Amino acid sequence: MSVAGASALVGPVWNPVDDLRRMLALHFMVNAFRAGTIVAVLAAVVGWLMVLRRQSFAGHTLAVVSFPGAAAAIWLGVSATAGYFAGSIAAALVIALVPRSATGRPRSQESAVIGTVQAFALACGALFVSLYGGFLDGITGLLFGSFLGVSDGQVIALGAVALVVFCVLAAIGRPLLFTTVDADVAAARGVPVRALSVLFLVVLGCTAAEVSQVTGALLVFALLVMPAAAAQQVTARPVAGLVLAVVFGLVVVWTSLSVAFWSPWPVGFWVSTFGFALYVGAAGGRAALAHRRRTGVVGPTRVAQGRGTGPALAGGAVGT
Amino acid sequence: MMTAAFFVFAHPFLESAFAAGTAIALASGLVGSLVVLRGQVFAGDALSHVAFTGALAALAFGVDLRLGLYGGCVVFALLLAVLGRRSGADDTVIGSVFAWVLGLGALFLSLFTASASGTGGDGTAGVSVLFGSILGLTGGQALADSVVAFVVVACLVAIGRPLLFASLDPAVAAARGVPVRALSTGFFVLLGLTAGVATQAVGALLLLGLLAAPAGAAQRFTARPYRALWLSGAIAVGSMWVGLTLAYLFPVVPPSFGILGVATTVYLGTFAWSALTRHRDQEDAAVPAVGAVTGATGVNGAG
Repeated sequence: MSVAGASALVGPVWNPVDDLRRMLALHFMVNAFRAGTIVAVLAAVVGWLMVLRRQSFAGHTLAVVSFPGAAAAIWLGVSATAGYFAGSIAAALVIALVPRSATGRPRSQESAVIGTVQAFALACGALFVSLYGGFLDGITGLLFGSFLGVSDGQVIALGAVALVVFCVLAAIGRPLLFTTVDADVAAARGVPVRALSVLFLVVLGCTAAEVSQVTGALLVFALLVMPAAAAQQVTARPVAGLVLAVVFGLVVVWTSLSVAFWSPWPVGFWVSTFGFALYVGAAGGRAALAHRRRTGVVGPTRVAQGRGTGPALAGGAVGT
Repeated sequence: MMTAAFFVFAHPFLESAFAAGTAIALASGLVGSLVVLRGQVFAGDALSHVAFTGALAALAFGVDLRLGLYGGCVVFALLLAVLGRRSGADDTVIGSVFAWVLGLGALFLSLFTASASGTGGDGTAGVSVLFGSILGLTGGQALADSVVAFVVVACLVAIGRPLLFASLDPAVAAARGVPVRALSTGFFVLLGLTAGVATQAVGALLLLGLLAAPAGAAQRFTARPYRALWLSGAIAVGSMWVGLTLAYLFPVVPPSFGILGVATTVYLGTFAWSALTRHRDQEDAAVPAVGAVTGATGVNGAG
């Protein structure tokens, strides 16, 4: 932040090429862009699946849980990166353990468990911080991100984990989409629904840990949910939606990194603001389009008005 | 433990913590029970983050912290009520909105830290909003918190029966003339007030645990909504007392961790308990479901 403050003293010259060159002359900005790009692509793809599976709450919890993981790692003197992943993956496995149909109201019981996991994990984070002593500046860094302090080693670690996650997703993508769209039919067809759902939670945990190293544990949602939600407002087709989500994610990250570099305000604020603006724009545009179609032609508008994702995806996934 | 109980009332700050903590835990336990029953835990999560932004906005603009806290929570609760009424609003919408609100919180934190750096302030204020500072409550604050918490409890008890009815079966309740929408809005306001008051005890990030864990545990013990409601309140108050005592005995344990640690342990215990008893009456697996139905019809009949 102090470096960004120093650059603000000079200020932008409003010549795009010149400003870009001055920004990228700084090694930490190059690393921030590299890390941001990796994270934006990964978060958009996994977030798109998460929004489709309606597991936003679980995703948020997994992200938040990376905070105690990192705090514990710092307390124990291990690398914080390892702590992020350990915390998120452990929480993913705990949430996966919840019996889905043990009671009459599985949904509410499941969300109670997720909420408890989240709050308890954050309380553990507070405990680790207290055990470590001091470290108050570190807390806000862990919670709200420090785009501007990404090391070379971290970039490599982020890239490696992203590669693994993409390989796993490529392997399980089709059956995962199938179970997401219609779990009962998938189970009847012999697709291992339970195993896929556990695997996806672990993937989600890895992604959340990756993103939280850049945006901080509390603002992961800005990259995980918003680009995907905006893309699903625009199109219901899987491939187009995924590509659009990635594009949205990249636009949000690159814009907010550049703006945060020249402004004194924190990068987490910019990421969430640009993401939210994109989402509101997409939702507003869709509503306006639907309104115009409703007042105009009353023919093929049903698909655009409904949630729409179901039938289009089923058509793509069932044809296995 | 007994000697500790005597020490507790030797310190005025512990007295305030216990007095305010009891009221806050009771309110959180009761409201949380309904939150879990209505499947609105995620809304509670969102509110807890809004509490952070509200408090820091107040600090950044130099207003009283509690003004921002309650104002932010109640306004956002009303927003959630409006969003929830339009059927399109789901986790994605709530998540997008609260992620942005949280980003605003990060902005206010940095504004406040920058403006306070001249007067010796640092990130402490933000951290105590996030993780609570129940041992730092003054007598006056504890009194104010207790009053708010008891108002919440009183309102909840007043609308309890129709609210339970509307939560369990909104369609039938509406057909019977229960004002489902007004009740839902009122409940969101109560939830907002609870979030505001609980933020001062266990912190914005942890109040979700005080809402979810006792309620989840109570609902695993009993399927009857009324019993679960009061049991949840009792578990929350018990967790508060034991957690505060632990924090007093072991200074390294933050009070928020003590409170949530106890609540989580109780919840975990219910899973172990049901795992132990499950194989005993494997064939009676349908009984809890029947109990839930009779509990619901009992409320219906009274509503």
